[in-house]
Amino acid sequence: MSLSAAPARRPRIRFETVAPAAILAAAVVIYVVLIVATGQTHYLSAGNLVGVLSRSIALAITAIGQTFVILTASIDLSVAALISASAVLASVVMGGDPAMIVPAIAAVMALGAVVGLINGLVVAKLEVNPLIATLGMALIIQGCLSAFVSNFAGAVPRTFQFFAYGTFFGLPFSLVVLGALVVLSWFVLRFTRFGANIYSVGGNRDAARFAGIKTARVTIAAHVVCSLCAALAGLYLASRLGSGAPWIGREGMYDLESIAVVVIGGTILAGGRGGVWGTVAGVLIFALIDSLFNIVGMNAFAKQVLRGIIIIAAVGFYSVRSQRIAA
Amino acid sequence: MSEGAVRKRQESRSRRRLPAINPIWFVLVALIVALIVYNPYFVQPVGYMNFLKRAAPLAILAAGQVYVIVSGGFDLSVGSTITLTVIGSSMLLDNDPDATWWVIALMYAVGLAVGLVNGLVVSVLRVPSLIATLGMMITLGGVALVWSGGAPRGYLPDTFRYFGRTNILDVPVVNILPVSLIVLAVFDGALWWLMHRTNYGRLVHAVGDNPRAAMLAGIPVTRVRVIAFVLSSLSAVTAGILLGGFAGVSTDVGRGYELQAITAAVLGGAQLLGGRGSVSASIAGALTLTAIFTLLNFVGLPQPVREVVQGVILITAVAYAMHRRRHAAR
Repeated sequence: MSLSAAPARRPRIRFETVAPAAILAAAVVIYVVLIVATGQTHYLSAGNLVGVLSRSIALAITAIGQTFVILTASIDLSVAALISASAVLASVVMGGDPAMIVPAIAAVMALGAVVGLINGLVVAKLEVNPLIATLGMALIIQGCLSAFVSNFAGAVPRTFQFFAYGTFFGLPFSLVVLGALVVLSWFVLRFTRFGANIYSVGGNRDAARFAGIKTARVTIAAHVVCSLCAALAGLYLASRLGSGAPWIGREGMYDLESIAVVVIGGTILAGGRGGVWGTVAGVLIFALIDSLFNIVGMNAFAKQVLRGIIIIAAVGFYSVRSQRIAA
Repeated sequence: MSEGAVRKRQESRSRRRLPAINPIWFVLVALIVALIVYNPYFVQPVGYMNFLKRAAPLAILAAGQVYVIVSGGFDLSVGSTITLTVIGSSMLLDNDPDATWWVIALMYAVGLAVGLVNGLVVSVLRVPSLIATLGMMITLGGVALVWSGGAPRGYLPDTFRYFGRTNILDVPVVNILPVSLIVLAVFDGALWWLMHRTNYGRLVHAVGDNPRAAMLAGIPVTRVRVIAFVLSSLSAVTAGILLGGFAGVSTDVGRGYELQAITAAVLGGAQLLGGRGSVSASIAGALTLTAIFTLLNFVGLPQPVREVVQGVILITAVAYAMHRRRHAAR
């Protein structure tokens, strides 16, 4: 690496904004070619494609929250544990009774808000490294959860399963919710003061503070958004599985996968650059890869090996260009 | 500068003349006293030797982890490296005691490769070590599952389990001496020497403190960091060999050890994102963590509570360190 790299003129189109679309296009091409080559064209039907998407709803919801946190140059590794806790809390509070749906949702969202608040306070006020703070939080949540339940607990009423299985104008209801969430996040990040603050805090914390932005508040708010999204993902999984179990978050590896998806979507881990549409592209890429594994009929364990490699490769694809020395 | 500030400065200077003992040692002594109070049997050789035997894998891991932390990173792949070591050994040994030595050698080669890949991904591809080693954790966990088909078969022969399980009896003074304690002393002794008595140790500190400055000073930053990751992986293989002997074969022997190792190092005063850390203090951190778990066991708290306590300790330790650093910087 040359030390005196001349300050290259900034290209008009940033690499991070083009790359996700390019990878997505490549993934689509590979997907189609492989399907045609193996003659399993029924995988190209609209129904199957919607199915591919809706299998990644929980990941997508979590990743949208993660985008907010990563944009402020923080990170949240407690989402997987929070997803499990939310799903279990939802199904236990509901207990199969439709009348308890609203209290259950309120309880889950309150849990998410509290966890996000604590994460944010520990990161912003106590200045604990966010990786450690949220890993510690994950241990605490998982420990509390395992102390109470060890298997599927409670049940959600049939009406609540509408969230996962219902349709809305011919589209899966969950997909509609996800779409609304994406548009809302895009609007917040693009057009509101909170969104602008997030980018400035992530871009340069000190500069943002000197500009009069209350950086701690922005970081805390981003963590709350992230935890609320994880709580929503937990609700979705409870609705989908009909009940919550204390391992569903860990099993889905939502912590690492949500980060990987955000990074593949062109949001940089150092913060300040990226956006929610890139994250959507990242989720689509992962969904296609997952679907490819299924089409090829790959062994679940081998899938795990490839996933790990893909995550490292994907992050490396972006980071190899950076001049910074990685932490 | 106000007079008060001057006096404060003088006070802190006089305080600095006191021998600088890492506070973790006091915590450790207090916990050991508590252990003895709860269980007088702990004073006898069998009591404390069993304690040390149980703590040995974590103490080894923490000593390796400290290298990565001081160099400015994290290594979260050690847990699944342990699992891979145990599963791989049991698959390769296939109940054949004669294979022990080459299997152990092969496992160290695997550890070397894992550390090399970690280090190169972090320093050449510039992937943040957290992501790189988490990805490695998933990958290695998958490899262990593929290799064993999900359900490990076979036993580890006694020649392999010798290191983790056997106690040498009739030793003068202490009466019994676990082999794992000898492994611990040799391995961590070497790591302590390398960190605190050699040029390489100083380079690790320099790289972690300010990688840019280190590079400008002509330090081979990449090589220093890769070696740190290799040492961490080798410590994981060593811990895996001990745990295989101590606990037997399963697909989740290593689970959670990565965070325990980081917690131990942080308890020992290692500074996250690099530049400061001590091998001996991280060993004290590992013993402290094990002592806390043992105490929780005595009190009769269930397993999940340990996780909660560990999470709280981890966050508190880092928050305390940050608090002290803020005050020191003034």
